[in-house]
Amino acid sequence: MSTHSISKGCFVFKPPSKKRRVRQETASNSTERKNDSEDTELRFASCQSLWAQIKLETEKIQENLNKQLLDNLVSFLRRSHSEFQEKTTEWSCQMKSREIPTAALVLGVNVTDHDMTFKSLSEVLQDDITPYVALLEAKDCPGIKNLMQKLMGQLMNCCIDIDEDSFEDDSHVQVSQNKIRCSMTSLINWYKSVMKKTDSETTRKKRNSSSRHWQSPPVVVIFKDMESFTTKVLQDFIVISSHHIHELPLALIFGIATSPMIIHSLLPHSVSSLLCIELFQSLSCKEHLSTIIDKLLLTAWCPFKLGEKVLKVLINIFLYHDFSVQNFIKGFQLCIVEHFYSQPLSVLCCELVDAKKRVNTLSHNQCENIRRLPSFRRYVESQVSENQIALLTSDSFLKEVTQKLLEDLQLYHENYVSVLRCLHVFTSSLPKYPLGKQIRELHCACLENQVWETEEYESSLQLARMLNKSDLVTMLQQCVEIFVSSSGKEFDKTVEKLKEFLTQFQELEAEAFEEDVSVSSEKELQKKTDLYHLQKTLLELKESRRSKKLTKFEMLRFEVVDYIDSLVRNYLVPADHKTLYEVVYFNTASVLRGHLNAAPRTALHTALNNPYCYLKNQALKSDGGSISNKAPDICIAYKLHLECGRLINLVDWLEAFSTVVMAVEGPKADAASSDQVDHIIYARFIQAVSELIFLGFIKPSKQKTDHVARLTWGGC
Amino acid sequence: MPNLEHPAYPAATLLHLESLVPCRESQVSLLLSIFGERQQFSLPSIFIYGHTSSGKTYVMQTLLNTLQLPHVFVNCVEYFSSRLLLEEILIQLQSYSSKIEQSSHVPCDSLNDFVGLFKQVVASQELQDQTLYIVLDRAEQLREMEANILPAFLRLQELTDRNVTVVLLSEIVWELFRPSIGCFEPFTLYFPDYSIGHLQKILSQNHPPEYSADFYAAYINILLGVFYMVCRDLKELQHLAVLNFSKYCEPVVRGEANERDTRKLWKNIEPHLKKAMQTVYLREISSSQWESFQRGSGEPGQLKGLSAHTHVELPYYSKFLLIAAYLASYNPVRTDKRFFLKHHGKIRKTNFMKKQEKTSNHLLGPKPFPLDRLLAILYSIVDNRVPPTANIFSQITSLVTLQLLSMVGHNDQLDGPQYKCTVSLDFIRAIARTVNFDIIKYLYDFL
Repeated sequence: MSTHSISKGCFVFKPPSKKRRVRQETASNSTERKNDSEDTELRFASCQSLWAQIKLETEKIQENLNKQLLDNLVSFLRRSHSEFQEKTTEWSCQMKSREIPTAALVLGVNVTDHDMTFKSLSEVLQDDITPYVALLEAKDCPGIKNLMQKLMGQLMNCCIDIDEDSFEDDSHVQVSQNKIRCSMTSLINWYKSVMKKTDSETTRKKRNSSSRHWQSPPVVVIFKDMESFTTKVLQDFIVISSHHIHELPLALIFGIATSPMIIHSLLPHSVSSLLCIELFQSLSCKEHLSTIIDKLLLTAWCPFKLGEKVLKVLINIFLYHDFSVQNFIKGFQLCIVEHFYSQPLSVLCCELVDAKKRVNTLSHNQCENIRRLPSFRRYVESQVSENQIALLTSDSFLKEVTQKLLEDLQLYHENYVSVLRCLHVFTSSLPKYPLGKQIRELHCACLENQVWETEEYESSLQLARMLNKSDLVTMLQQCVEIFVSSSGKEFDKTVEKLKEFLTQFQELEAEAFEEDVSVSSEKELQKKTDLYHLQKTLLELKESRRSKKLTKFEMLRFEVVDYIDSLVRNYLVPADHKTLYEVVYFNTASVLRGHLNAAPRTALHTALNNPYCYLKNQALKSDGGSISNKAPDICIAYKLHLECGRLINLVDWLEAFSTVVMAVEGPKADAASSDQVDHIIYARFIQAVSELIFLGFIKPSKQKTDHVARLTWGGC
Repeated sequence: MPNLEHPAYPAATLLHLESLVPCRESQVSLLLSIFGERQQFSLPSIFIYGHTSSGKTYVMQTLLNTLQLPHVFVNCVEYFSSRLLLEEILIQLQSYSSKIEQSSHVPCDSLNDFVGLFKQVVASQELQDQTLYIVLDRAEQLREMEANILPAFLRLQELTDRNVTVVLLSEIVWELFRPSIGCFEPFTLYFPDYSIGHLQKILSQNHPPEYSADFYAAYINILLGVFYMVCRDLKELQHLAVLNFSKYCEPVVRGEANERDTRKLWKNIEPHLKKAMQTVYLREISSSQWESFQRGSGEPGQLKGLSAHTHVELPYYSKFLLIAAYLASYNPVRTDKRFFLKHHGKIRKTNFMKKQEKTSNHLLGPKPFPLDRLLAILYSIVDNRVPPTANIFSQITSLVTLQLLSMVGHNDQLDGPQYKCTVSLDFIRAIARTVNFDIIKYLYDFL
């Protein structure tokens, strides 16, 4: 078993007991029954189903994104060895030194995502190319011996797996692994025997199974993290396998996180010349994230929505820290769980049809919950007084209204997405991207507050008013496409209006002569060289421009921009202005931050400095600066050590420690019994110190006897 | 021309052997005279060394195979532990005898066992009256096994009291083998590098059946003219010759030139070979890509080599961590105050420098720095506040696994780990440019 601890030591692993889990389940059942008025069970079920749906969707997206890469790889591997099989008699093939086909797979620095890619890769390979795929990790292969062991273990096991259904009795392959000598020869013998067997199988049986893989399929070895392998292991392995490439058709795949240059820095020319390296590059993780956001967040099908702050936290973790799409999705999952757990009304966060049904069965408690929502209160205040009373007193009326409001919310989301995309078409082509290049930035801006009140929006409208005609036309066409493909019915008019603009632009093309006037005046300007005259004409020009009537094109451009502006003002209202938005939006970023941005140093410091924070013991609550003797020993020792310099004298420390501890027992502790008490305190002190050593705050020092050195915050 | 002569072997075989080992006749005849007749005892051990692909392995193999001498051929890289090596020798020996079953696999843990087993195997066969040759290829690996392996192999004849000769093949000289405790000195034999004339002769030998030998020899001449400066590896040259031959033939196939039109052919092939030297020879692009590029008339510009993809995308804080690490690695500690404190005052470089610091730090290479210094620099170069979360620390670790940083003296995690930045100046400048950080201004060497 492995641990993720950084410190060395003994770790106890208890066998996972099933009993305990059962007990927990019953416990949770009883609590559920208690407050079932808040639909806990239903919430749990809908949370589960929603997550399952999202998981499926993300996996599908990932599969699609990797498809191109995998196809390329498969065709490369297929090509690599078949060439040699086809024309072994040709002169060039006889003379050419046979290289090991190698795919350098550049996957980007998000190492946590690689597992997924490798998993799908090996699945694809096993389906299409060869049953013999081995995945090697650097941490398993410190030496060539371990590498061979691992490799043979995986290959021979996989073979057994494949054959299990057809050949149960065949003991030939099932030689236990430790009996086999871990050398290339035994691997080759194994390969030959397996080939012989499949040969006989194909002659005996139908050719159905081996038609997928061709005769003598290659053995694919995947090095997951090329960077971490030691040079020697890689070199030795490549040299050995190149000796036997004629007997064992081997193909390598290097998983590279940084850049393919690493191959040259890891392998000398004499070894890299044994390889036939081709480069494959996966999609960059930023694009990957964009696709995920596009397909997951900016769609109407997913009833659960992320609030602006939460989304920013997730995106920041991605961009600033790890580039890991996997972590982003995990964070998203956490949001879902947290939302369904903390918000009782999240029971309504599902498909609209279901939600309406669920509204009808809401308990009185839940109705009260609705009434307590800030957004709902705002809504009530905006109503006439009779309605207000009805909403606050009658549950059935409330339910009716809630259904309508939910419907509104759904409609808002549908429209929101289309208009957002449309706005993105405009803003993404402006110089300097005042509203951001990516649609996610625009989405955040729109969620944050009323986007049309921001300066950036103002400046981007200004810029949009200066767009040239061809750009404008293509953008309008894109917008039309977006609206046509959207599901919202409200956009029929909008589409019509946009199409009208387009036809007007086309008409304009016919009569484009007015522009010449301004051009000629510019030409005049170029003739003047005298400074005074130049100034004068410039002023005149300015004057004339101000007074001059706008050209038709400019008029139309203004109209278009204004129209887009009106769309934005209509549909891109921030979500928290909508009634009942709390039902589907998760926006408590602080919780998420607490979970995802672990701050070990701060947490340790608070725990030791202010034990009340975690222990919740009233006795510890008291002080600001003074050291309470009721605190755990380690806290006392820690606080005392904060007052010391780089080196701490253990005797002084013990003195101070015992003074603090004895403070309360002061009257009792006589000089006579102090000797005995000292032993216990001494033991407690030693334990506290060794705990601090274990936590990494201090370490024994060799500079001075009886001193320890501080390791944190520099000492003094 | 010294023809191979030896009374023990038929002349025809020797003639055949000579044709197989061009340019190595003198070595072969020396070896033959050392080996003597089949039943005669030879030297206990022979050490053959020479550069990569100077024909050591090939000559030994051809010699032993053609003369049908009983031998065992083992590559020490492949059988990486002494146990594997010894067992492999025994297995190969067993295959000489018909009596013992193939599958009877005897474990052989130590050299002592080996000697006993060896005697058994040899005694049970008709090998007794012939010299047995054990060839250990890449013998430099033997030094990494147990200390007794190499000395024991050198006097195996004496230890086993059988007619056996051990031949060691290596690329390094014997002086680097000699163990400190002393050992039996083997007979050393040097295989010199092939000269350009030798290479020409050997490469021209295997001409394709469609074309005449002269035509191919002319091609090899051109090829060597380009590649001899950078590469003397026979295998590699052979490979390159085959790869580019179809391009050389192109004008002939199209009928634009005949086989004797060397100048025209040279003009056609020379730039192509130069391009090959920069790409396929360095394995920037693979041989199969090169071939498909030759067949189709695709632009070579489309084929980007491995080195073209140097760009590495990193998360925002990872970039700054890397920059901070670079600064910590290449700036002296005392200058940190000047670079990262706001009111540092003006300190001129000349007053500032000690003597040894006058040499460029970039020439000396990166220096290790503690984690605290890295974080301190990070906090001062990033504009906004960096939360000291676990994410930052895990990023440092992942930079180490990506080999962009390396850990120095990683004995104790709690002991304040030290790191070194391993990236190049160009790389870090490219990274710094993406975050608008002028790294040159912060480097002491460029002040």
